[in-house]
This record gives sequence, structure tokens and C-alpha cells, in this order.
Amino acid sequence: MKEIRIHARAGQGAITTAALLGFSYFNEGKYPYAFPNFGAARMGAPMNAFVRVDSDPVRLRSQIYEPDYVIIVDPTLLRGYNCFSGLKEDGVAIINGKEDLELPKLKAKQGVFVVPANEIALRNIGRPLGNTALIGAFAAATGELKLENLVEVVKKRFSGKAQEGNIQAVKEGFEFVKKGLK
Amino acid sequence: MKEFIEGSHAIAEVIKSCRPGVISAYPITPQTHIVEDLAQMVADGDLKSQFVNVESEHSAASVVLGGSATGVRVYTATSSQGLFYMQEVVFNIAGMRLPVIMTCANRAISAPINIWNDQQDSISLRDSGWFQLYAENNQEAVDFHLIAYRLAEDKRVMLPVMVCMDGFILTHGMETVDIPEQEKVSKFLPDYKPLYKLDPAEPISMGLLADPDYYMETRFAIQETMRKSVGYLSEISREFNDVFGRDYKDLLVEEYKLEDAEKVIVAMGSVCGTIKEVVDEQRAKGKKVGLLKIISYRPFPYARIYEALKDVPKVAVLDKAVSLGAYAPVAVEIKSAFYGKKKGPKVISSFVGGLGGRDITMETIYEVFRRLSAKEVNFDFVDLKPELLKEEYGE
Repeated sequence: MKEIRIHARAGQGAITTAALLGFSYFNEGKYPYAFPNFGAARMGAPMNAFVRVDSDPVRLRSQIYEPDYVIIVDPTLLRGYNCFSGLKEDGVAIINGKEDLELPKLKAKQGVFVVPANEIALRNIGRPLGNTALIGAFAAATGELKLENLVEVVKKRFSGKAQEGNIQAVKEGFEFVKKGLK
Repeated sequence: MKEFIEGSHAIAEVIKSCRPGVISAYPITPQTHIVEDLAQMVADGDLKSQFVNVESEHSAASVVLGGSATGVRVYTATSSQGLFYMQEVVFNIAGMRLPVIMTCANRAISAPINIWNDQQDSISLRDSGWFQLYAENNQEAVDFHLIAYRLAEDKRVMLPVMVCMDGFILTHGMETVDIPEQEKVSKFLPDYKPLYKLDPAEPISMGLLADPDYYMETRFAIQETMRKSVGYLSEISREFNDVFGRDYKDLLVEEYKLEDAEKVIVAMGSVCGTIKEVVDEQRAKGKKVGLLKIISYRPFPYARIYEALKDVPKVAVLDKAVSLGAYAPVAVEIKSAFYGKKKGPKVISSFVGGLGGRDITMETIYEVFRRLSAKEVNFDFVDLKPELLKEEYGE
């Protein structure tokens, strides 16, 4: 079983991110359970979305406290929250942010990938919605999902110009991490 | 076909395949995506139905009452305060023996205001004459709606059914669901043919005054139907399995690793999945534990529960609702199932958890098993925060 915790603010597309990851796992024959946890029901309020995935249907219904992976959609959340709380010893964090982002000290085997997802999104979609770039980065950083599969899922989810831009964003997010790993 | 789909969307899909002629709902909080989707389907011409958008849940319930009285299959959905606002009409629907189907997306009750999940809303309407089926996952939630229509419209039954699914955890959770094909649904659930209907060509009256000479028999009749329906559920379950290949056995309870179990938790809804995880972990360590999942809360299957638990020494009932000032709602039923019987658990302890969306983790379940000892406890809340319980008074 793998567990992913997504940190975002309401309106930043965390549920879409969880859904896209869920669809991708589903296409690869896994059983994902993707679910949100809302705080106050207003735009901008901190919220989480989660994906729990296994080779059998997921029965566990609690939130995720010890994730294998953390995706931080909004780096301003790092100021008020410990987004890395419970992250596994060998866990991986994908953060939407600029190179000079200040990070807390993490454990030796934990991996952190800071990806300029908003820049990628602005360039390709025209709006600072970094979700698709982040899932591309997630696939490259964790090896959990195939890039072609993500592209297929994004193709299905979006149409018209948004489709083109988001597919490109997925690819650029993926490439950004791949390049860094070399 | 198997799909990765949000619970609410899955319910909308299955309701569409049930072909209701009238759907009515109040579209604002505490509503879900279910009726939003159905409204879209009707607007797009994908579902031939009359969708009546109303100004309150009281009206939504009244519209489906009226729709059903004219002999049409109907549907509505709500939860929490919305369900309470419906309450008067909810009792009327049962009293008029109308086969209305409603989804209750289980949520907590105010005050304080809380939009999150527990089961206080539907539990509070347990005496209304509606069947209540509780789903553990979204596949069950989908399938129980099909079963609900068959049950409600059965000429021996003619009563409404509430399908209860945990708010957010299931309604907003996406998972793999086998969405039943239209062809199979039509086979399992033919068009609704009412016994009586409001028809200007052949006028009748419904829901009239019943004075003391008549009223009691109407209540007795519903009670008798509920009692007999315990058996009808098994019958419909078998037919469901024949068509869809999913076996819900008697549709009353699910026994999970009860054989030789020494400690068993009784629960309803999605928390049963979390309990199964803990049971498996404990069993792997040689601990003899199990789960009894209650599917049908109304009618309450006393005899079935007696059979399932009569040889279990210790039972913990985990309620996601309270009856303030009394034993918890499911616990009280389990205890009465054994009153005066020769066999039965030595201990039936009662725990309350998950109120207002307090997350129930595997650790919560471990804690319930730990507190289930030789000393029976009641009114025991799990996962309380002691720091919030200090009393403070103003000057």
C-alpha cells in the first residue's frame, strides 16, 4: 500500500490532482481511493487531499498521517504547517516552488524535489495552476506511474486548449525532475 | 463496467439507470454532487425525468411524496439539517406506504455547526417507518440503491428506503466501482407498477384522517411488514446476485472472521473497512477478533444478530451517533437482542466515536479492542481530547 498526502488551499485543484493520480493508478490496474479533507468551506483555506492505493480494494478509511509521498501545491503552507509530518523515513516530497525555497531539515533518506510548477503552468496553460506539472514531477521522482499513462489521463480530463497546455505541463514537470536526477 | 469514480457520481449513474420519473432536491448545503449530476443528466436529455428544484428540503420531500402518490418512481437525496427539515414529510411518506428512495449522505447535526460525517442524522429518524441500509463502500452504496427500489416497490412491502452512505468518506471519495449496466438493471428492476395512484380519471384519497378507531392498525401494519421484510431482503439479495454476481448474503449483516472470535466489534458504514484492516492485523498475530457489520438498521435483525454473536464472549459496539441521556443507538439494540436469552456475550460494551468528522483511525479501533475488557463500559467515547474538556466559567 502507498499513501500520498496533498497540501493545498481550497481552489488550487488538490482534488483534481488526487483524482488524476487516482485515474492513473486505476489505469495501471491498481485500486486507488482518492478523497479530500475540507476545512472551512471557503476559497484559500488550507485543505488536504489524499490518495491511498493498493493492489486490492482499499478498505482503510482514515486520513493519511504517515505518507509515503507528500505533494505541496502551495509552498506558503510551509510557514504555518508541518507539511512533512509523519513522512516515511524514505519518503519523497514534491513541492511547487522556486529554487531558493527555504526548506526544513529532512531525514537522510527522504527525497525533496522543488519544482517550478507554477512557472511551467503559466507558460503552458496561462494560469498558475501547477497541479499537472506536479503529477508529472511525482511520476519522475517516485517511479510510481508511467508518463504515457499520465498524459492519457490528462487528455481525458481536459479538452481544447487546456488539454494541450496541461499535457505539456505534465511532460515538463516530469522532465524537470528527470534532468535533476541525472 | 468498472470505473474509478466519485461516490456521488456513481450514485447519480445508478439512479439514472433506475429511471425515476420525478426527482426533487434542494440544491444547497448539505447537498452532494448526486442531485447536481442528475439535474445535468435531465438537462442534457440523457435522463427522461422531471427534475424539480425546490426552495427547501421540506418541499423536496413533499414533491417526491406527491410524485410517488401519482404512481411514479421517485428519488431525492439529502443529509443532516436537510433531513431534519424533511422529517414531518419523511414520516408521512412511510405512513402513506409510498416507495420513495432517498440517499442520506450521513453528516453531523448542529449545533455547533458541523458539515462533516457521522450518522446522527439518519439514526435520529430510525422510528419513521423507513428502511435504513448502511453502505461500507461505494460499490455497496450503488448496489443498495437498486435493492432499495426492488424492496420498496415489492407489493408485500410498499415502504420507503433510505440508503445511508458516510458523507465525504464515501460521497466525496473516489474508488473503483462496477457501475451496473442498463440492461441488467432493467432486468432486475422492471418499470414501477403502483397498486394505487392519484388519477383524475379514477379519483381516490390518500393520507386521510385516521381517528382512534383506525390509526393503530396503520402502525401495526408497518411493523408487521418490517418484521417480515427481514426475509424479503434475503430473497432480493439472491436475485441481485443472480443478475450482478455480487453476493450480499441476507443483506442484514456481514460476518467478518467471527468463527472462534473472542472479541468482536459491531459497527455500521465505512468504518467497517477500517475495522477489517485491524482485524486482519490482529488475526495475523493470533488474536481472535472479528467484526459484525450491520447493513440493515431498520428493520433491525435481532434474531440474525443473536445467531452471529451468541458464542462471542466480548462485544464492543461502536456507534457514530449518540442518544443523549441514554445508551448509544446501535448498542441499545445489540443489548436488547440478548436480554433474557440463555446464550450471549458476557460483556457488551458501548463506544461512541467519529462524531462530527473526528477521524477514526486504525489506532482508534485498537483502542476500542483494548478497552473491551471483562468490565462492561457504557457511554465511553473514544478519541476525546482531554484538553478541550476542562470546564471554564466566566466571571
